[in-house]
Amino acid sequence: MISSFKRGDGRRQWLRAAVAVPYLWLLLFFLAPFAIIIKISLADPLLALPPFTPLFDWAAAGWQKIQVTVDNYLFLFQDGYYAIIYLSSVKLAAISTLLCLLLGYPMAYYIARQPQRRRNLLLLGIILPFWISFLLRVYAWIGLLNTHGVINNFLLWLGLIDQPLTLIYNDFAVYLGIVYSYLPFMVLPLYANLEKQNLDLQDAAADLGARRWQTFLDITLPLSRPGIIAGCLLVFIPAIGEFIIPALLGGSDTLMIGRVLWDEFFINRDWPVASAVSVVLLLILVVPMMWFQRVQSRVDGGAA
Amino acid sequence: MTGPMVKISGLTRRFGDLAAVDNIDLEIRPGELFSILGGSGSGKTTLLRMLAGFETPTAGSIFIDGVDMTSVPPYERPVNMMFQSYALFPHMTVEQNVAYGLKKQGMPVAEINERVMAMLDKVRLGALARRKPAALSGGESQRVALARALVKRPKLLLLDEPLAALDKKLRQHTQFELMNLQDELGVTFVVVTHDQEEAMTLSNRIAVMNRGRLEQVGTPGEIYEYPANRFVADFIGNVNLVQATVTTVESGAVVLDCPEAGGQMLAAQDASSPVAGEHLWVAVRPEKITISKEDPGGGQRNVFRGVVHDLGYFGNLSVYRVELSSGKILQVSGQNRVRTAKKTVEWDDEVFISWDMNSAILLKD
Repeated sequence: MISSFKRGDGRRQWLRAAVAVPYLWLLLFFLAPFAIIIKISLADPLLALPPFTPLFDWAAAGWQKIQVTVDNYLFLFQDGYYAIIYLSSVKLAAISTLLCLLLGYPMAYYIARQPQRRRNLLLLGIILPFWISFLLRVYAWIGLLNTHGVINNFLLWLGLIDQPLTLIYNDFAVYLGIVYSYLPFMVLPLYANLEKQNLDLQDAAADLGARRWQTFLDITLPLSRPGIIAGCLLVFIPAIGEFIIPALLGGSDTLMIGRVLWDEFFINRDWPVASAVSVVLLLILVVPMMWFQRVQSRVDGGAA
Repeated sequence: MTGPMVKISGLTRRFGDLAAVDNIDLEIRPGELFSILGGSGSGKTTLLRMLAGFETPTAGSIFIDGVDMTSVPPYERPVNMMFQSYALFPHMTVEQNVAYGLKKQGMPVAEINERVMAMLDKVRLGALARRKPAALSGGESQRVALARALVKRPKLLLLDEPLAALDKKLRQHTQFELMNLQDELGVTFVVVTHDQEEAMTLSNRIAVMNRGRLEQVGTPGEIYEYPANRFVADFIGNVNLVQATVTTVESGAVVLDCPEAGGQMLAAQDASSPVAGEHLWVAVRPEKITISKEDPGGGQRNVFRGVVHDLGYFGNLSVYRVELSSGKILQVSGQNRVRTAKKTVEWDDEVFISWDMNSAILLKD
């Protein structure tokens, strides 16, 4: 008894170690850069290398050697420009997420109700784009949407239009790019949820007098809520900080926080403000995450 | 209302080349507790799903209470089903689950609440009305599923393996509960099951299904004592089957030559009216055979000698496997009527086994 107990205990410790290592790794390389970003966001900009004041001023004596400023955060709140950019980023990400949900739900539902072999094939189709680099795929859209791109040439050739359409360097192209790129992240968690739903539940609803649309609204949709939330977060969070898509497909009037970050870091070389921008962005993202956690724990809790 | 509650004619359901249900005719009477008994792949579930409206028949018709329901969708049938998985809606409370069907019917809320509470009380779940299904035991879930299916007062209640998910003790108890409930409500029950014991104790009548066809329809007694063919005889209970050829038929007794058992056999002439020279199977239930160490004699009885090859003691009864001189092994079971720790018949004992000619069943196929 005792020896077997000890062996089990040892195995648990191995398991703990196996899990702890990657967790420590993630924690370290999330927390360390984050701490650096916070540190920079509390410094003053300098025309030097690095372009900000150090946290510890070794020249001064006593407690005065720590220099901290919240000027950068105040600047963000005072300059309406940043509020507008945050809002327009949230709006762009939210609309893209909604579009992904509207497109992705029927796809996931359809795939989940196919026979096993068809299902795998259709899932492969969803994952297939990942075989090509993300950057290349976004570049491909430039070739498609350009004034002299494939789509315009085709429409001109058909005679449907006689002037090329402005399909690129505007918000439309950004929405298109984001929805295209992030659709799989919506479909996959939804599929995982819908696929494991017990089909007897739908039969039971029909048996009790529900028509197909009622069954969907009363049973399928509420039960797929964890999948909807997971999919929405997986799209919304990366979309809000997206840099490549607005940079390549967006116009000069496409305001997104990812581009502002880039501009502050590399064009204005104002690292402290750039850091403050990214800290605020993180706080904006924490809110939906916490909401998700709460909803999830309520669902798992069972009794109402 | 004198007509049948369910009238099925020529009902067929094909999946590709396979006929899951193959040209079935069946009538189920009002107020009956009817079982469809079969192994997996027998088509019993497909038949039930056609009654519920989840499957569309390839051919044939289904009338329920005199109305053609063949192509009526499930949500418009006066039929409810209790699923094998219970299929309780996990995001709704017990109360909401039971109320769901009435809500879809558009019943006023006050009336729904009244009906739901009455139903929950009937299945002793009143105290659990606000629980979610995840917080229920297996037996409680089963009763919620039953309440949900019965609250709409269907003309026909379909039960798919209603007791399969329960443990043995609870199963027996629930079985009697089901019977009482059915008696009280007068709803026609159609039970699908693979468990012959369940079908035997539960039902008024049983349909034995095999490969999409009905092998026999009858009361539990008819099916057990007068099986229509080898499949039914073998599927319900234990049976000894031996091949035989009819030698003579005279004044109610059939004399058979049975090389497999190494001798002649007698059987009472029944409805099958065999003729001399015909090849038949003789079926004898183990409990109809008597085992003894002395020759019981007697003209009307079939007597064979053998050796106890195997022996199983079950407390209330003992089961013997007796090897005849021909090598054929017959199963015999006997009640242990006398209280004794010693066995009267032991391993390797030479014994006589005998059965009355009326106990032998003659089967043509």
